[in-house]
Amino acid sequence: MSSEVRLFIDGAEFRVPAGISVAAALRHAGYEATRRAFDASPRAAFCGMGVCFECRVRIDGSERLGCLERVTDDMDIRCDA
Amino acid sequence: MKTDVLIIGGGIVGCAIAERLAREGIAACLVERDVVGGAATAASMGHLVVLDDDPEELSLSAYSCARWNELAASLPAAAEYRRIGTLWIARTEAELAEAERKRERLVAAGIAAERVSAAQLQVLEPALAATLVGGLRVPADAAIYPPVAAMWLAQRAIDAGARLRCGVAVEAIGDREVLLSDRSRIGARHIVVANGCAAPALLRGVPVRRRKGHLLITTRMQPAVHHQLIELGYMQSAHGTNTESVAFNVQPRATGQLLLGSTRQFDDHASEVTPRLLQRLVARATEYLPGLTQMTALRAWAGFRPATPDHRPLIGPWPSCDGVWLACGHEGLGVTTALGTADLLAAQLLGQELPFDAAPYAPARFAASSEHCHVV
Repeated sequence: MSSEVRLFIDGAEFRVPAGISVAAALRHAGYEATRRAFDASPRAAFCGMGVCFECRVRIDGSERLGCLERVTDDMDIRCDA
Repeated sequence: MKTDVLIIGGGIVGCAIAERLAREGIAACLVERDVVGGAATAASMGHLVVLDDDPEELSLSAYSCARWNELAASLPAAAEYRRIGTLWIARTEAELAEAERKRERLVAAGIAAERVSAAQLQVLEPALAATLVGGLRVPADAAIYPPVAAMWLAQRAIDAGARLRCGVAVEAIGDREVLLSDRSRIGARHIVVANGCAAPALLRGVPVRRRKGHLLITTRMQPAVHHQLIELGYMQSAHGTNTESVAFNVQPRATGQLLLGSTRQFDDHASEVTPRLLQRLVARATEYLPGLTQMTALRAWAGFRPATPDHRPLIGPWPSCDGVWLACGHEGLGVTTALGTADLLAAQLLGQELPFDAAPYAPARFAASSEHCHVV
């Protein structure tokens, strides 16, 4: 098993440690805000355990919680949720 | 400690009454056992809607919606008052005929309402299923965020001289006084029971039953929904006496999120969400908004509506109990009718001219069940 996976965030390629959550991968890639509230204020993972719903991202086209999803090779993550 | 009028319950109805009385210069004291604008007020949808199925419901809701509209410019932005209008939706020709009867009743009462064809429905709300046959648009209906509206009314009451006691419950009503959970007493010439579902615990025989409801909020919906959307079969659900019913009732929030309702249950007293009812609610909503299958549900919650046997609130003196007044039992219409309730109750209590006929809401209509009174 490779110790890294390759994935795409808003179209840009990143390599992140295998086995981490999408929320962690976003931090690893330098993202602080992973979506915007309707008033354009930044949002990112807060509770880290699937309760607050603040870390919503679009993964391979579907809205998901970044903290509950593990990274996989060639995953397409969009910060427009 | 003495006061002119003591109001039990800081939901939106109690807050509206405190505000109304304080503005009249009455020494009012509002007692809330938990937080202002909690319980049923916080669990509710905040749809300010004119309902016409019963002429009495029509006068109370139409009067109250007009009062909310007068206040709209003074409300804080966080109260999210928005004139989104209601779109009543027909699935069948029979429901379309009901839409026409509804239009006639509303227009006769001075409320603008217009028929909407199937094609117009798709233009107004592209997210709706193409199989729907038409509907009725009531443009003046609005939506509000009830907890903030309640807190704003309470603050206006305080600014006008009212007192607010939070975190202490009224344990019993005595002769011109109440006993609080901290063992203190407050004397009052008048006591207004505005604590919704909790009213029967203080006054035996008040015919209020808890009717559970569920709401669910989604993430932002595309395409956007613009009106409050309700199926024309809604009143059968609301006014029926079935132990359990579900009707399509959806509100777009200012954020673009959707608030999905509605369920009604008499025999479920658990405050938790009942998954089976939530499933039925989502299934019903998806029949009207097929795009919901792609949506994420953010949260769901349940609350209890204070229901009376004839679906009309109890507003006025409680017979055989001098100085005790009721303002409870609004079922699912307490946010809409809070201001009309406050005006009607205040006018009765102060001996002023009534804004509209009080008889249909008089608690005395259930007098046979109200023999018992002071229990302190």
